[in-house]
Amino acid sequence: MKSLSSLACGIIFGLGLAVSGMINPAKVLAFLDLFGDWDPSLLLVMGGAMAVTALSYRFILRRPMPLLDGAFHIPEKTGIDRRLVIGAGLFGLGWGLVGLCPGPAVASLAYGESGTVIFIIALLAGLAVGRRL
Amino acid sequence: MEGFTPISSLLGGLLIGLAAALFMGFLGRICGVSGILSGLMAPVKGDWDWRLTFIIGLVLGALAARGLNIAPEEITLSPSLPLLIIGGLLVGLGTAVGSGCTSGHGVCGMSRFSLRSLVATLIFMGVAVATVTVVRHF
Repeated sequence: MKSLSSLACGIIFGLGLAVSGMINPAKVLAFLDLFGDWDPSLLLVMGGAMAVTALSYRFILRRPMPLLDGAFHIPEKTGIDRRLVIGAGLFGLGWGLVGLCPGPAVASLAYGESGTVIFIIALLAGLAVGRRL
Repeated sequence: MEGFTPISSLLGGLLIGLAAALFMGFLGRICGVSGILSGLMAPVKGDWDWRLTFIIGLVLGALAARGLNIAPEEITLSPSLPLLIIGGLLVGLGTAVGSGCTSGHGVCGMSRFSLRSLVATLIFMGVAVATVTVVRHF
């Protein structure tokens, strides 16, 4: 059941990434090009997503546990540490260079571009290294 | 404001939010793609199948959108091999060290009012904007 629900979530997420246009690196870069020909679309994507998520979380997180697990798996760290800051910085740099972040990168495999595959392989390599640091 | 697509962007965002909400409701987890992928790098028994199906779902969802003609006709990706590799490495490394990405910190983390996620999001957004600004305008 977990796998099926997760599959459904992935499908809905992928649909959202495609419909919003975030699956297109050029559109993301146009949002990040704040001082150029700015496309504010990502603001609405994030705003829309956060509105639904924040409202839903309020009710969901009040329950003792999720539907298919014995407990919620919420990150426990609360402090701002060097890892967070440096990691976010490195991620921002990579994202700004190509216009792809993990979700859209995987979803955009639907377009069959070899560049996407290359990016994802490099991403997985980066993850493998970062996990051990 | 070139190419501003308010309706489809908002609709897409609502779908992403729905996915994140269902993910928390059913699996009790943050819908952060870097985290989901990271767990697949060192699969733990009983913990990898839902990760794999989520990833597969991402591609299926995008394929479905294409099939229904509600996705972009095509995507424009950098043709530079070195850039794709360096960018990929940085995104992988950064999300692992920083414990999250746009979905994990940006959508989910901020939606539960996590200070860590707010700080992370402000940083990666700021650095990304600075990067594009420098690359395109200097």
